[in-house]
Formats: sequence, C-alpha cells, structure tokens
Amino acid sequence: MTQRKRLSNTQGRRSDPLEEDDSDLTFTQPSTSQVQRGLDKFTGSQMDQKAAEVIQYILVKDQKKIPVRRADLVKHVLKDYRYIYPEIMKRVLQTFDQVFGLKLVEIDTKNHLYILINKLEPQEGAAGPPNPKMGLLFVILSLIFMKRGAVKESECFQCLLYICGERHEQFGDVKKLVTDEFVRQRYLECVRIPHTEPVEFEFHWGQRAELEVSKAKILDFMGELHNQDPQTWSQQYKEAHAPPPAAPSTSQPNHSQR
Amino acid sequence: MPPHLGDSHRRFLQSMMSNSVMDEQQARLYTSQCVPDKLDDFIETINSKLQPMFMQIRKGMSEDNGQQYYALVNMAETDVTRMSSDYADNELELFRKTMDLIVSSENGKVSSTDVLNVADTLTIKKLKKSEAEQVLNRLVQDKWLNEKRGEFSLSIKCIIEMEPYIRRMYEDQLKMCHICHNVAFQCQICDSPTCGIKIHNPCVARYFKGRVEPRCPACDEFWPYEIPGN
Repeated sequence: MTQRKRLSNTQGRRSDPLEEDDSDLTFTQPSTSQVQRGLDKFTGSQMDQKAAEVIQYILVKDQKKIPVRRADLVKHVLKDYRYIYPEIMKRVLQTFDQVFGLKLVEIDTKNHLYILINKLEPQEGAAGPPNPKMGLLFVILSLIFMKRGAVKESECFQCLLYICGERHEQFGDVKKLVTDEFVRQRYLECVRIPHTEPVEFEFHWGQRAELEVSKAKILDFMGELHNQDPQTWSQQYKEAHAPPPAAPSTSQPNHSQR
Repeated sequence: MPPHLGDSHRRFLQSMMSNSVMDEQQARLYTSQCVPDKLDDFIETINSKLQPMFMQIRKGMSEDNGQQYYALVNMAETDVTRMSSDYADNELELFRKTMDLIVSSENGKVSSTDVLNVADTLTIKKLKKSEAEQVLNRLVQDKWLNEKRGEFSLSIKCIIEMEPYIRRMYEDQLKMCHICHNVAFQCQICDSPTCGIKIHNPCVARYFKGRVEPRCPACDEFWPYEIPGN
C-alpha cells in the first residue's frame, strides 16, 4: 500500500522521491552587493552558458513532471554562480517564455518548488494524438470540480471503474496512475479526511491542475455532455469565470523574506 | 538575422519535447499555420534559438520505412545519461552492450539470445536472463529499440537522439551509407571484396528503383541483393 499523505512541509518525510537536501537552509537571497560582485566576476556569455544549464536541468525534471527544488538547482547547477541567481533566472525565464512558450511558476513558496506550465493557448483542433492519460485526468478533475472541490477517493475509483475498469491496456493499474503519478505530478492532491476511522482520503485539484487546466473549459465540456447550458450550474459557473487572483506568485525570486 | 519565433514554433517545440519523435506529416501540421510554410526554414528558425542551449531538432531516416523523422537532440550529451532517470546503471550497461552488438553486426540486428548471453557479462550488478528480457521489453516500449521476429534493432528515436553518443563511441566502426552519407545499421553491402560500400535498405530501393540489372555505384559490380520494392 503506498503511503499517501498531504504533501505539506509540516510533515517530515515526503512521500515522493525528491532528492533529500537541506542546503536550502543555507541559501538565502543574495544581497545587492553580493549580486554586484557576482556580476563583475562573470562575463555575459558565461552567464548565458549557466542559464542554458539551468534550462536543461529544469527541462529534464519537467519531463517527468517533477517539481524543481531551488536548493537542488543551486547545489547541482548554479554552484559558483549562486550569488547572481536573480540575474541568471532572469535569462532563464526569458528563454522559457520566448523560445518554449513556457512559464516557470513557484508552487511552494516556503520550500521554493517550481514547475513549468504551458502559457500558450490550447489550439482548436490541436495537432498531435490525444493523450489518453490526460483524458482520464480531465474526467477526474471534472468530477472534483462539479462536486465543489473534493471527491472521496472511494467515490472517485467507483466512478472510474465504470469508465475504464481496474486495469487498462494503456494506463496499466488505474489506481496507481491516479494515486501515484497524478499526485506526484501535482495534478491531484490527496488529502486525509479528518476524524475518519478507518482513515479516508479525498482528492482535490493539485497546483499544476489549478495553473494549467481551465475550469471554464471543464464546465463547457459538462454542458455538452449533459446537453445543458453551463450556466445552470451557477456556483461552478461563478467559480470558473471568476477573475484570476491579482499578482499570482511568479517565478521571480522573492525579494522579501516571508 | 533569423526571424523571431511565433506560437507555431513554440507549439512545435513543446510537442517535440513530449512526443520525442515526429514524422514529416505530423511536423507539417505545425508549419501550415506559418507563412512561409517551408518545414526546413521553420525548423532552422527554432534551431537558431536552441543552439545556446546545445539543443537541436535533427532529422533522420527510418531504416525500416525510409521516412523522415524529427527529434529533439541534446548535442552536449556524450553518453546515454538521458535515460538514467528511467533505467538503473546495470540496465544502461545492458543497453550499451546491446548497441555494441548491433553496431558490429552485419545486418544491424541482434537476436534476443545474444543479448541475454551478454547479460551474464555485466560488470555492474549482473542481470538474470528473465530480468534482461524485461529490460529489453521496456527498451522497446520506450521506443529505444525496435523488435521484429525476435530480433532487435535501433529505433529511429535512438538513432537521432543518440547520434552524438554513437558517433563518439563507435567512430571508425560505423558503417556509412554511400548514397545519403548518414550512419547505416541495417544496410546492404557490396559483394566485391575491394569495394564493400554500404547502402541503407530504403536508399537501395530508391537508387535502384526499376533497374533490371543493378550495379554498384562505386565499383560497377553486379549488385546481388533483392531490391526492396522492385
């Protein structure tokens, strides 16, 4: 049985195999004089090179949809360049934006975890074969959204049983895909329901889903499915079309200590 | 000064990153949004921006069907390390040894028996035959190897993405196609002992198409093999 816990920093061990590294405690934001000294030390092309290495590193991690820890970035890639971290990251962000159409977003401001999200508008009739895993994820996210943000684990699997059974020719073990992969990738969050004995869990939207998946589109899909106007689900409609939160946490390193 | 990237370029690049190999037909779906829609120019524009990161979109011909495929390559990688997140060290060693066998083979293929025998000789933690078979299956599933009738060959994904590694690792051992000048694994070899030029199977089909009496382009000796498609 896999251990499933809320992925929060209040609990010591993480359930997913992120590299254990405590050097984040030793990495603090460089002071302006440190940055200036750093800028004097390295040439423009050296900084471009270092930015390229950072980009490579993040892309590799992102292929597996594993969030990138700033501490690992500093320890394994930046090294001597750590004091000009802000300058390097500026170039990194720009390249992700202009070359890849991706955005680096901090999803955990305490532990400084980053993920890459797609900032391109999904195209109508997009090229490429549809991804069945994403189809399944979409169904689960819809279920959670229509249920106003949380669905019991048992209920979710009951629903999926109707759709695709326990083992699927392409996904393999459906439960494993949902509880392991989707949670690790931050598409779903698995949360313990308090005061339940035996302990029960429920699924919420994960941080990556919040950033990448449009609630409005889910509602439109529901509308088509049930042949109803999306507005008939008034609460969900309100939530789906609410204005985005002001000044979302971006990839620029925080200059104020939280 | 190469033109700026547009969203079409970025979509193409993102798709390359997730699909890893794309055939020409799929690739053209992206350029249709662009003016001009020439695929090579399109890719060249993207490559100019990828170069500082030692990445390139490269083209390769499948030795099975002769079609062109595109893949994103890390030019700085000189080892099979890009697979290290999916495979254990001894599994990677098995893969390297499988590649050794394929490169040194005449027909670019290796039987599963040969690979399983090699599993015994691993220097890092040995693999049991059943474990080695599992690794081979995964390599096929992950599209690094092709399997046909119990024989394994390098996939087009492997050939394109590992090209820097393959060239560096095997250098002089590699067979080169006389017609298209690219690395050849599955090919026909001229019978004449003083000649011995190699030609990819699809290149043979193209070059000798319709010829009743095919002759070697280098030494003019009769080309004794079956011409695919004739």
